[in-house]
Amino acid sequence: MDMTEPLIITEGLQFKRGDRMIFDGVDLEIPRGKITAIMGPSGSGKTTLLKIIGGELKPWKGEVIVEGKNVHRLKRRELLNLRQKMGILFQSGALFTDLSVFDNVAFPLREHTRLPEILIRDLVLMKLEAVGLRGARDLMPRELSGGMARRVALARAIALDPQFVLYDEPFTGQDPISMGVLIKLIRLLNETLGLTSIIVSHDVLETASIAHKIYVLAEGKVVSGGSPEALQKSTSPELQQFLKGMPDGPVPFHYPARPFVEELMLDTQRSVIPMF
Amino acid sequence: MNHQRIIWIEFTVGVFMLVAFLSAIFLALRVSGLVTMVGSETYQIRARFDNIGGLKVRSPVNIAGVTVGRVSDIQFDAKTFDAVVSMEIDNQYKILPSDTSASILTSGLLGEKYINLEPGASETTLGSGGEIEATQSALILENLIGKFLTRGKEGD
Amino acid sequence: MHRLIHHIQSIGQKTIGFCIAFGRANLFILSIIFAWPGFKLGARLLVKQLYSVGVLSLIIIVVSGGFVGMVLGLQGYTTLIKFGAEQALGPMISLALVRELGPVMSALLFAGRAGSALTAEIGLMRATEQLSGMEMMAVDPITRVIAPRFWAGVISLPLLAILFSAVGVWGGTLVGVNWLGVDEGAFWGNMQSAVDWHEDVWNGIIKSFVFGILVTWLAVFHGYYATPTSEGVSLATTRTVVQSSLVVLAMDFVLTALMFGELG
Repeated sequence: MDMTEPLIITEGLQFKRGDRMIFDGVDLEIPRGKITAIMGPSGSGKTTLLKIIGGELKPWKGEVIVEGKNVHRLKRRELLNLRQKMGILFQSGALFTDLSVFDNVAFPLREHTRLPEILIRDLVLMKLEAVGLRGARDLMPRELSGGMARRVALARAIALDPQFVLYDEPFTGQDPISMGVLIKLIRLLNETLGLTSIIVSHDVLETASIAHKIYVLAEGKVVSGGSPEALQKSTSPELQQFLKGMPDGPVPFHYPARPFVEELMLDTQRSVIPMF
Repeated sequence: MNHQRIIWIEFTVGVFMLVAFLSAIFLALRVSGLVTMVGSETYQIRARFDNIGGLKVRSPVNIAGVTVGRVSDIQFDAKTFDAVVSMEIDNQYKILPSDTSASILTSGLLGEKYINLEPGASETTLGSGGEIEATQSALILENLIGKFLTRGKEGD
Repeated sequence: MHRLIHHIQSIGQKTIGFCIAFGRANLFILSIIFAWPGFKLGARLLVKQLYSVGVLSLIIIVVSGGFVGMVLGLQGYTTLIKFGAEQALGPMISLALVRELGPVMSALLFAGRAGSALTAEIGLMRATEQLSGMEMMAVDPITRVIAPRFWAGVISLPLLAILFSAVGVWGGTLVGVNWLGVDEGAFWGNMQSAVDWHEDVWNGIIKSFVFGILVTWLAVFHGYYATPTSEGVSLATTRTVVQSSLVVLAMDFVLTALMFGELG
């Protein structure tokens, strides 16, 4: 296997939701064994991108190639095989609420391997140990804090030793401590297992601290891509606005609308009071 | 999910199945009286009536008020213009004399029609597929009232 | 004129929307029928769902059945006694329960108790990305989540309806025979001669089987395609209960006409 060849390539990706163009020609190259971050403001379709890579959504145009295979041309069987090689960490954790922590992590193992239960137990405890929650194995998901739930979900995502892991907003809504724990975990997994990681996030500082390569999306296009250092030096106004968190700039503060004054003068008789 | 809970779930589901099964048996035996049809073998006899009134398939066949069988089939004979009624009689009553007579009666004033068998005195018995000779048709209320009215007029 | 066109357009829009939903629901049930997670795993999941769908509905079914039977006994007695026909109480109670009230009432209660719970549970699994997560772990959620729930509902409802009828007859007997003093022999004897296993009891069971398919189908469908928000899930739950009730009552008329009626 050629280690320099990118693991995932997207070419000319276009995606529409309703009439809104979410992606308008997105080209990405995700290198093997590295941490790649995809950043962009809310609503720039980062989660949608992960779902397209995972084959859950179909792009309108363009293709996604994982290990030389076009994801959206695969047969159902092949797609399922591919998904066993990927782990995905959902924003909400997506733990199964009717299963305990242990059973949640054991779920993919029981589903896709024929290992004896005793071996599954060892593997699950190993994964839980890696995220530091071996002691919480008998808890139910409702008894976990948000940060713990995400760590359990991470243990589940790596249960089958995947080749790459997709992280959907791993840092959102976490307190500083669990944020630190997650950063450490993602880096550790990358270094020790050589796991290719794709992080979708809008937390600039945390993501920049661990990523080897960063893509910034805005308005359905890739604004820039490169190493974190290169990005900091870039003079692109969109990029600087995003990295520094300025409220107004090339990405407007206002959602597209008619001029305010014009709107105030019109439509007074048509205003509708929302009912709650 | 811990082991105890699995046992509890399996146990209660088992109880559910068992209770439902017992209910089905209750409906079969106690409510629909299926036992009289399934529990014993039957044999068939026939009888011809001029008019069967409101007799239906499944109507009871009684002797001395005891249900011994049911009407299994009702056909119209296009040659003799009779109704041919087939009855399934319980095998334990295979002792019916061959001169048994059958009549169609009503339980109560407005109740269901049933067949009443009146055993005769003959030595020979009515075997399977036998036919009852002496029959009395159903009493049709309208005819009765009609007769009563015409008789009343003649009396004038 | 403009408004009229607008109204006609909205009728058309709703019709198209209904057709899309109907087609989707049909494809959905086909994929459920052909999805079965293998014998051992399937049995385990099915038992778990029989518990949450069937066993947890037991109490409401038994209590309602008992009271419905008792009311039938009371009302039937006061009416029949006027004609001196109280020995017809047994047939009246049992026929009403076995043919109509058992299947229909238990289906309505089942829609409220189990159907709504199924929709809410599946809808929340959709909203919390559990279904997506399963899909991305290369596990088919229809096989794993939907199919066991569907079959559990289809199996449970006929059993619950049988139970409802049996408890109802018991309740009617309690009131009619034990409290109001209808002759016990006449009560059971007339009941047995009036009720036929095949014609009445079995047809009632077939009815509840059909209701089981309809109610559970609607419940899992609305859950699976719920909008993944709290509003969407609550709307889906309401839809399940309302649509199941209407479908059960309408279908009951059709089935009754086919089975017992002079219409066929």
